[in-house]
Amino acid sequence: MHEAVRKVAGDAEIRRGLVKLQIAPLIDNGNAVPLTVTVDSPMTPDNRVRAIHVFAEKNPLPNVLSVYFGARAARARVVTRIRLADSQTVTAIAELSDGSFWSDTGDVVVTLSACLEDIV
Amino acid sequence: MERRQRLFGYAVGNDHGHVSPGPGAPARRVRAAVCFLLAVAQPAAGAEIPAEERRSGYEFMSRETRSMQDDEATNPGVFWLLDGEALWKRKTGAAARACADCHGDARSSMKGVAARYPAWDETRRRPLNLGERINACRTGRQKAAALEHESRDLLALEAYVAHQSRGMPIIAAPDKRMEPFLNAGRAAFMRRQGQLNLACTQCHDERWGKKLAGSTIPQAHPTGYPLYRLEWQSLGSLQRRLRNCMIGIRAEPYPYGAPELVELELYLMWRARGMRLETPAVRP
Amino acid sequence: MARAVIRLPSTARRGEIIEITTLVQHPMETGFRRTQLGEAIPRNIVRSFVCAYNGEEVFRATLHPAIAANPLLAFSTVATESGTITFTWSGDNGFSVTQSATITVT
Repeated sequence: MHEAVRKVAGDAEIRRGLVKLQIAPLIDNGNAVPLTVTVDSPMTPDNRVRAIHVFAEKNPLPNVLSVYFGARAARARVVTRIRLADSQTVTAIAELSDGSFWSDTGDVVVTLSACLEDIV
Repeated sequence: MERRQRLFGYAVGNDHGHVSPGPGAPARRVRAAVCFLLAVAQPAAGAEIPAEERRSGYEFMSRETRSMQDDEATNPGVFWLLDGEALWKRKTGAAARACADCHGDARSSMKGVAARYPAWDETRRRPLNLGERINACRTGRQKAAALEHESRDLLALEAYVAHQSRGMPIIAAPDKRMEPFLNAGRAAFMRRQGQLNLACTQCHDERWGKKLAGSTIPQAHPTGYPLYRLEWQSLGSLQRRLRNCMIGIRAEPYPYGAPELVELELYLMWRARGMRLETPAVRP
Repeated sequence: MARAVIRLPSTARRGEIIEITTLVQHPMETGFRRTQLGEAIPRNIVRSFVCAYNGEEVFRATLHPAIAANPLLAFSTVATESGTITFTWSGDNGFSVTQSATITVT
């Protein structure tokens, strides 16, 4: 996962703060986990969020989603549903217009459905 | 004792490839041990859940999954509803007839229908579930080929029709003709089966609300079918879900379309009488 | 034809922030699953999503296999003027779905 993060942030320091990652700590099924990422930013032309990148450390592929905000975006916020292969920590990294990077994490416990079906 | 536990260890739980075996394995052994204890306990008694204690599977889900069901902009079942609506209006078969040609606007003509299914069919002298009724119309009235079980089109039509009864209470009207089938369904629900020698009633009447590995055991009311199951990542029928359960207890599942599955559905709907339909529901 | 469902208000006041919820029908096959015979099921996912407001890009997303089936993406934009908001999903195997909605801004 660190390599994937470096591809996005380069050598920049990633600070904790500004970003709020909302995910349920215990979820019914790892196939569709609701996730909301919000960044505290005035979203003015010279002080805004360029992008948000989400990573899941224990998934077979750590990248989950990258979103990019255009000039009309008034709120740096995205809501989606993700897949988690296992109980793990999910990380959201925000890239600001001044080149700084900020992050937040969320720990999730993924339970297994009781009655699994054989793949047809 | 040792040998039996290892057998359950193999029997219970399959990796799907996207789930790591690590943390799951201890949970599977616990589940196997629990099932083993149940298996040697007394034979299935089958005490019915009192009416005031009945709860839909909706109430056993997390807040997030519930809002996924409630919001039509986030409930993936909506895609099947849109497909069903299109199919309802499409002329098909040698008779070149659409459902709408006989039934008009489904929003009025189909209101309340799914809430009283399975229903008696005089020609076949047995109850039919909604999917079978739809196919009966297709072959009999539209002169078209029957739709395959669990096919996209059949699920779409089932979902669309059942959705017209969303919010309405399930009706189990007393019908002497259906009694033998209802009793057969009840007997199937109470009967121990499979390698784990479990009866539906042991989990769903006697142990609902308790945990099976990481999941809470629901009461097993078919209040939202066809539904979008997160485990399937798709919409599916009650028959698919019943087959899942049978596979889960290591019993040979009845094939799609089997009369036993319709009898079970008849009993389950009777057991859920008065509860409101939620189609298309979302479940884990 | 894959379906998409969009929710956004049809009217808004100038400067108002409007919430947009999008849902597209797609299995998002990860490429990590195998059949019972052990054969790998090839990856087939939506790769990108773009929302444009009168031609100007408002929101763009790059999706990976970890996005759940039937992808949900909800975001917001400022209502600046009346016009058309377009939503485009593209992905593997030539997957391409476009939907648009009109908005009246007073």
